[in-house]
Amino acid sequence: MTTSAESGLILPRYRRDPEGTHPPLDSPGYKSTSLRHPKQPLVLLPHKLTEVTGPLLGPGRLGELDHDLTRQHPEEPQGQRIIVHGRLLDGDGRPVPHSLVEIWQANAGGRYKHVWDNWPCPVDPNFDGVGRTITDNEGRYEFVTIKPGAYPWKNHDNAWRPAHIHFSVFGRAFPQRLVTQMYFPDDPLFSQDPIFNSVPDEKARQRMISRFDLGRTVPEWALAFEFDIVLRGREATPFENEEEDA
Amino acid sequence: MSRLGSTPSQTVGPYLSLGLPWPDGPAVVEDGTPGAVWIRGTIIDGAGTPVPDALVETWQADPNGRFDHPDDPRGAQPGFRGFGRCPTDDNGEYAIRTVLPGALPDEAPHIDVSVFARGLLHRVVTRVYFPDHADAHADDPVLAAVPEERRHTLIATRTEDGYRFDVRLQGAGETVFFDV
Ligand SMILES: [Fe+2]
Repeated sequence: MTTSAESGLILPRYRRDPEGTHPPLDSPGYKSTSLRHPKQPLVLLPHKLTEVTGPLLGPGRLGELDHDLTRQHPEEPQGQRIIVHGRLLDGDGRPVPHSLVEIWQANAGGRYKHVWDNWPCPVDPNFDGVGRTITDNEGRYEFVTIKPGAYPWKNHDNAWRPAHIHFSVFGRAFPQRLVTQMYFPDDPLFSQDPIFNSVPDEKARQRMISRFDLGRTVPEWALAFEFDIVLRGREATPFENEEEDA
Repeated sequence: MSRLGSTPSQTVGPYLSLGLPWPDGPAVVEDGTPGAVWIRGTIIDGAGTPVPDALVETWQADPNGRFDHPDDPRGAQPGFRGFGRCPTDDNGEYAIRTVLPGALPDEAPHIDVSVFARGLLHRVVTRVYFPDHADAHADDPVLAAVPEERRHTLIATRTEDGYRFDVRLQGAGETVFFDV
């Protein structure tokens, strides 16, 4: 171990998730993983200064209507209007405030506004499917959007992705960076979807499914779904910078 | 407080470029910043094919080795974004404009890199080191944990306007990836 004048800094350390929480990079059911997953073992990265910090991206990144995907064009998009809300938390239940949340999704028919998406389903000229917001003091976020449709992909015969919204969050530090997908309750397409099922642990898989939230529906206007996102918590005891992972 | 299980990671899918790129994403520093360099590279799959649907994110200290972050026990040093983000183009290439990070108390200058892509159910994380700091590499604890014959995959090479750092996801010359 090298020593330096500034050695012995006390740093937080982020807990590693239990086996089965995240998908293995090699998931044969999802064909695109075959040439893209590393085959060499990962090297354990101790949590040092670059890892206990991370980008804290603030409100400067937001446009006024970024959180409302139904109001980004002169006309409203087609489809079922929904409120998607929840909290960004760490593994100890602490809110992660003032943190950027980014989403992207297909339109009501299941079509993305992307040059590579050209399956026979109409683009909606009033829907880009892109949103951004910042969590509040209690870690809460809220979007207004349209319920996305399921869409076909060519992974296997007659393959359909269950309806989902892509979420990207930063949290407070580098180890908390997460990109995931939010699903909707009781989707009949779950059973045949290798991306959803790539998460080995059944309970962890359920954490990607939003909850229908009758209490937050708005009469005569919108349905609501609640989706809390949980990022890695910290070890109870901070560690000296020099201390290596066991 | 009771513990909560983490939300699982999922792939960004093929349409990440709808939601993730920012116009100023590749600009960790403004054009014309003294010492600005371009870090350019290609993301390559196990068949040697460039990956056109990936996103590279970078996180680094400022030239003095400081972060604009409250969890740095030396205190936050405001003003340096430290973060870069660039989708790959049709040729699998990305480019980030930044300045070289400073050394940290017991580490050689480095940049943490995340790569997201269709076909990656979880980001992969690597580090860029620079050929300018070969002496410091000998004492770097993270490089020391990497098998010697693979360390070169973490060291950028000099180019005309900065550095090249290719990421090989799989196969011959596979980049070293870290378990964060
Ligand atoms: Fe998708």
